[in-house]
This record gives sequence, structure tokens and C-alpha cells, in this order.
Amino acid sequence: MHITKDLVAASATPLVLGILAEGESYGYAILKQVNELSGGQLEWTDGLLYPLLHRLERLGHVESAWETPPGSRRRKYYRITAQGRTELAEQRRQWAAVVDALRGVWSSTQSIKPITTPAWEAGR
Amino acid sequence: MTAASDNDLEGQIAEWRAYMHRRRELHHTDAEELEDHIRSRITELTEAGLRADEAFLIAVKRMGSLDELSREFAREHSERLWKQLVLPGEPDASAAARSRRELPVMVLCAAIAALAIKVPGWFGLDISGDDDDFYARNVSLFALPALAAYFAWQRRVGLRVIGVLALLFLLGAVAANAYPLAGDSQTLVLTAIHLPLALWLVVGVAYVGGDWRSDRRRMDFIRFTGEWLIYFTLLGLGGGVLTAFTAGTFDAIGLNAEGFIESWLLPCGAMAAVIVSAWLVEAKQSVIENMAPVLTRVFTPLFAATLLAFLLVIVLGLLLYAISARELTARPGLFDRLQLALVVSALIIDVMVLLAITGRITEWGFSPNKTAALGENVILLTNLAWSAWLFLGFVRGRMPFARLEHWQTRYMIVYAVWAWTVVLAFPPVFDFA
Repeated sequence: MHITKDLVAASATPLVLGILAEGESYGYAILKQVNELSGGQLEWTDGLLYPLLHRLERLGHVESAWETPPGSRRRKYYRITAQGRTELAEQRRQWAAVVDALRGVWSSTQSIKPITTPAWEAGR
Repeated sequence: MTAASDNDLEGQIAEWRAYMHRRRELHHTDAEELEDHIRSRITELTEAGLRADEAFLIAVKRMGSLDELSREFAREHSERLWKQLVLPGEPDASAAARSRRELPVMVLCAAIAALAIKVPGWFGLDISGDDDDFYARNVSLFALPALAAYFAWQRRVGLRVIGVLALLFLLGAVAANAYPLAGDSQTLVLTAIHLPLALWLVVGVAYVGGDWRSDRRRMDFIRFTGEWLIYFTLLGLGGGVLTAFTAGTFDAIGLNAEGFIESWLLPCGAMAAVIVSAWLVEAKQSVIENMAPVLTRVFTPLFAATLLAFLLVIVLGLLLYAISARELTARPGLFDRLQLALVVSALIIDVMVLLAITGRITEWGFSPNKTAALGENVILLTNLAWSAWLFLGFVRGRMPFARLEHWQTRYMIVYAVWAWTVVLAFPPVFDFA
């Protein structure tokens, strides 16, 4: 199944913030985790994650630091801030409202059978 | 994975990295971050059984098109597109070496232009007196040859073009001075207006590197003229502010700087600005630029030098002379409060200067100049801070004035120690740099 670009873009911020809420991480690991969470359904263009991370950093939702873990390359690690957690909670409320509304639509229009849970809920 | 394929992979990654570095939107650290990503992806793919070159192709493909990536980075970091400061990095080494020499050559040409306007003065032609018609006729002959020389060097024009340029300038000089033009004649005014225009077009020949028949190059010169005018005006405005500031500070200590400003600063500054503006246009032409950072770059050192050299020393001088002339037992008055305000504001400025210096040192390391400036400011700061404290005590009637006097006189030894340290210890410490 192909998920449209708009949906991917809209869900990107809560996904990244949600992953970082569980602990600091770096670009490639975040991408892999998104892939696992969505069961491979959500396909991101790898490079575009980084402008997003930089935007979140500029907004103050995450902070970053270059670190060199033992036996590894120098890497830029991202970590969620208190403000980022607030933003995540807010996004979660908004998405819940959207999902509720969609559920209502699915159940009232009988002709369309609900196929699967929406992709953004797949891993949550 | 064999060693050979390992080398291939490193080569491919290096090529990819060089490609990334050519993008202005992507900073070095961004490229590094993306490279880490590519490497992680390649490792995963080779572990899954792919060959290194296959893995590389897939990793790059998955990264997305570089155009799209650059666009996203540009959208996120739009400031990068117009914050490229005066000397953007040149990609290849020979051009880089040339652009490093560009600044000294520009400074040399500017110095020649600035000095040229003083030369007639040595032969008794007074710029502000009776001979102003001489300067009116010749004003373009001081700076424009230097500007043409700068372009001739920069464009590496041939000897023939240099000869033509020299001839044209000579012709202009003869025309302006050989004709018997009376001081109030109309032809003199006409010459004063038109000779600069004529010579500016001669500069144009140097600007286009002798290729004056090409329409495209002529258009470049027209564009250059417009931008040059803007930079020249802005430099003039900034220079005016700086001049007024300096004159004001000198006025405060009863020195009349007007003579110096009229006969040196104004003419020399204007001539040098002709060259500096041209250089700024050249350095910036490929970049969409907002003016503020450029002007900041040009004027920050000038203002910093003025602040450092004049203001703090003058404040300290005012304080010392006020102290030396004061009746020791007199009660604190309004003037003392004013002095306190002066000391406190100097203190604030000094703290800002210190922060700026510290910032530069942490960014680029120690140099003799910066270390000396740092040391001098720390010394001034200490003096002023304790002076302010003592002054406050005095104004509030808690301390005798003599304490302040005592502090200033004892502090002189610190100046002596520091000055000798700079003279004796700095050269060996900094390897005579």
C-alpha cells in the first residue's frame, strides 16, 4: 500500500518526537524505527528526515549534540526537550480527534469496509 | 568485503561528499550527518549480502535526489543563502590562493588611491584653499587608475590592454590640466563632471579584461556600476557616522580633529572607498546578499578599533585628569555623579568589548593582537570597576576621595608591568608572529 506524501509529511513530526521521547537517537536509527513501527508501510525519503530534525531543533522541540560512542563514528544525536514533550502531547490530542472523526465516518458509511487500522496507529 | 572494494567504496563516498560540499545550502556538518547516514545504510545492506558498490547505489538513491534535499535544507535554513559573508570558500586550490591574495592587493590599491590624493598637497596645492579647482578637475585621476590597476591584476589582462589603459589615463590627465581653464569657467565645470565619466568607462575596459566588444561583458560592467554606486553610498554613510563619532570623542577632550578630518580622513577615505566598494561588488557578485552583514563586516573592525583605542583610554584620561585637578576635601557634587555615570558606561562598553574578544579567541584561538587587546581590556576593566566602586562610595559620602586617587596612582605599576610584558614576552611567546 502506498501512503500519500501529505499523510507522510503530516505524521512525521509526531513520529519523530514520539521516538525521541523514548530516548536520544540519531537519524539513521530514527528512520529504522519508523520503518519497524509502520511495518514497512511508511516510506520516507531518507534525506528528508534531516531537514525535519533541523526544523524541530530550531523550534526548540529537540536538541542535538555530536557524540562519538565507543567503537563507532562521530554522530549527531538528537534528544527531546520539555517543550518537545508538550508539543508531542498536543499533537497526540489532535491526532486522536482526527482518528475519532475518521472512525465515525467509517462506521456511518457502511459501504466502505474498514480495511486496516490507519498506518500512523500501526505501531502505537 | 575485500580491501579493493573497500577502497572503491571510500572513493565513491569521497566523491559523493565533494558533490554535497558544492551545495551552498548544505553546511559541512549537514554533509557529515548525511554521510553517517549513508555509511549506516551501506553497512546494513552489505551485511544483508549486497556488494559494496550495489549498497552504495541503493543508499544514495534512498537518500533522495540532491536537488530535492537541497531545496528542503534551503527552506529550513533560508538564512544560509544570503548570509554568505565577504569571502566565500573557493572550490579549487589555485583560485583559492588567488582569492587570498585578492584582499592584500585590494588594500594596496586602496592605499595607493588614498595616498594619491595627498601627493599634490606636497607640491603646495591646498585642497581646501585656493586650488580647489585643481582638485575639481583631477579628482577622478586619483582613485580610478588604482581601480583600473586592481581590475587589470584581477583579470590578468595583457600588456597591450595595460598600455591602452595607461594611455587613456594619461590623455585624461593632459586634457584636464594642459588646457588653460579659468577657475570660474564653464568648461572647467564640464571637465570636472565629464572626466570622471570618461575615466570610469576606461575602468570598464579593465573590468571586462580588455574584452570590450562583448555585449555580455558590457552588461556586466553596467550591473557592476549600479552595485558599486550602492556600496559606495553605504560606505559613505557608515563612514560619516564613524567620523562624527570620532570627532565627537575628540571634541570631548578638547582636541579639534576637524583639520585632520578635512585634510586626511575625508579625501583619503573617499578615494579608498572607491576601491573597497569595487572589491565588495566583486566578492559578492554571485550571491544574493543583504547589505547589513557586509557592512557589519567592514565597519565592525573600524568601530572596535575606535572604541578600544579612543573611548576607553579617553574615559580613563578624563577620570585621571578630573582626579588630579580636584580639591581633595571638596564635597561630592553633580559633576562627580556625572563622572560616575561616565565610568559606569565605559565599564559596560568594556565588558562588551571583552565578550567580543573572548568570543573571537575561543573561535579562532590566540593571536598576539587579540591577546594584547584582551590583556589591556582586562586591565582597564579592573581599574574602571574598582574606580566605579570607590566613586560610588565617595558620592554617597562613605569614602574619602583620596582612596580613589590612591587607587589610580598605585595602579600605574600595572600598566608598566603589562607594557613591558607585551614588549619583552609577547614576541618570543608568539614565535615572533
